[in-house]
Amino acid sequence: MRTRWQTLTYRNPYLFALLLLALAVVANFVLQPNLFERESLNNNMRVFLPLILVSVGQALVILGGGIDISVGAIVSVVNALLATQIGLKGDPNQAVGWLIVALFVGMLAGAINGFFVAYLRLQPIITTYATSFLFAGVALFILPNPGGGVPSAFTQFYRDTTPLGLPLAFYVIALILIGWWVIRQLRYGRYLFAVGGKADAAYETGVPVSGVQFSTYVISGFMSALGGIAITLLTGSGNAQVGDALTLSSVTAVVIGGAALSGGVGGVAGAIIGAIILGLIRNIISFANVETWWQTFVNAAIIVLALAMPGLINLFRRKRA
Amino acid sequence: MKRLAISPPVAAVLLAMVLFLLSGLLPNGFGSNPDVAIPQAVNIIRLSVFLGVIAAGQTLVIISGGEGIDLSAGAVVTLTAIITYSIVKGQNENVLPALLAVLIVGAAIGFLNGVGVTFLKISPLVMTLGMSGVVTGLILVVTQGNVSGAIAPIMTQLIARPVFLGIPGAIVIWIIFGLLMWLLLERTSFGKHLFAIGTNRVTARLSGVNVTGMVLGTYALAGLLAGLGGFLVVGNTGVVHIRIGDPFLFPSIAAVAVGGTLLSGGKGSYWGTMAGALVLTLITSLLTTMQMPESVRRMVLGATLLIMISIYGRQRSLRQ
Repeated sequence: MRTRWQTLTYRNPYLFALLLLALAVVANFVLQPNLFERESLNNNMRVFLPLILVSVGQALVILGGGIDISVGAIVSVVNALLATQIGLKGDPNQAVGWLIVALFVGMLAGAINGFFVAYLRLQPIITTYATSFLFAGVALFILPNPGGGVPSAFTQFYRDTTPLGLPLAFYVIALILIGWWVIRQLRYGRYLFAVGGKADAAYETGVPVSGVQFSTYVISGFMSALGGIAITLLTGSGNAQVGDALTLSSVTAVVIGGAALSGGVGGVAGAIIGAIILGLIRNIISFANVETWWQTFVNAAIIVLALAMPGLINLFRRKRA
Repeated sequence: MKRLAISPPVAAVLLAMVLFLLSGLLPNGFGSNPDVAIPQAVNIIRLSVFLGVIAAGQTLVIISGGEGIDLSAGAVVTLTAIITYSIVKGQNENVLPALLAVLIVGAAIGFLNGVGVTFLKISPLVMTLGMSGVVTGLILVVTQGNVSGAIAPIMTQLIARPVFLGIPGAIVIWIIFGLLMWLLLERTSFGKHLFAIGTNRVTARLSGVNVTGMVLGTYALAGLLAGLGGFLVVGNTGVVHIRIGDPFLFPSIAAVAVGGTLLSGGKGSYWGTMAGALVLTLITSLLTTMQMPESVRRMVLGATLLIMISIYGRQRSLRQ
């Protein structure tokens, strides 16, 4: 028997994430009263954006029944590429070409993942773990030691572009959500849920399972490249390991956003909310003056609690029912 | 098409031997000088023991299915290595209490993972990932970056030095350990139930297996084995640092996959994992002694892993 809460959360996978988001925003607002002022809102959002972008790609892969452990390494490749090829004194006009190259590099990396997982039918977690070594090696090959960067005009653009007083990240998120809405109207969107839900049954009904799975990895590579561009514009410098931390955070963000790692449940909006929640938790910890040594523990404990919450509520409800 | 009938563990061991011999052709490779080739081979096997023991817990969790995986293994290894180091304090008589303590701590952390997975229905990957963060955080809180202590002479004696016909103690321990794992998986009802819940949890429950209890027990056992791994690791290195377990985490999963255990659960063996640990350790040591730059090392490791899992890590085809 499903409890009412279970039915509710089943119908609205984002519901819990939204509650959590509200909680995090309130806690953050208490500790940092100027949270909603233009300056701090923009500062926060531009720090959150790289993880948001990467998590959106991860969400699609997970929705299609896979997982992508190589996203952080792709971010690093893009960062290393831009930091060495554009350079601190680069000409902004030529640099745009490199940004486009970076997007193609990301898609190529995603296509490699997709080829092995979708067409050779290797197990996603171990395959993308292996390719993450491949990509991390490439990043280190391009940029063995931290250094290089992009012209300050780039970081300025990323920091100061606030049309109508709203952070650039809001427009990016809006674009992603519109794109996602369009995808859901298309046949491709239905395929995506079908493949993640039950690949065998989808295959029987004529869904191009391998093609759909392949495409999710290419999109994930593309989103990781966008994340790599964002992080490069944020830091302005090059570091071939800058993406490492994003890999597992993106998986956590997707799960907090209400997706099931077994596939077929979830979506892009949840992942965005999840990524923002993770960023807000870090913010709260730093504004609450948690002692440095305690920060990792408090951060992880809050995340585990957030993950456990739906289960705890269900346990509690079932006892009473 | 008839498939080549070669079992993954055998393939992995053969691959390790071929790699070892072929590396003799390369500068700084193993096996180029027959006088040192055997000690080198023994040393590689000795180094594989640590990954092998840590991957044992990973093997159990992965066989248990339900997307089972243990991403907290690295943090548990670090924690238990630190606990061993600070309890033993260089005294032989403190070794047994330390061993007992790390097994209990490891099992307790594993048990909590199991509680999250079974009762709170958190997916194993994120549950154990979160636990890894909590344990790493705890290590930072308690140690504040400094660990004082020492290992005891008897640990070095047993783990790092030859004990029998020039064979290091670690290898003897591993062989006994491997036999115990085989007994556990193939000759006990725990093993039978483990494969049963890995294949299909619903049918397992309907045929009377206590699925929840099995999953709890498996995660606890995996934590305990990671704890044992931490104990052995610090016994070998003799020093400890707060990232000592991290490099074992993903290789422990890779060793299981390379050994032919299905990551979706229900099928696998510890022999395979042992062979996988051997191959991975061989490749990493080879790349290190050949003094390749870090970038090339990673690319070669990634490519080899891809090739190995392409050979026998394929899932069944959609069109069956």
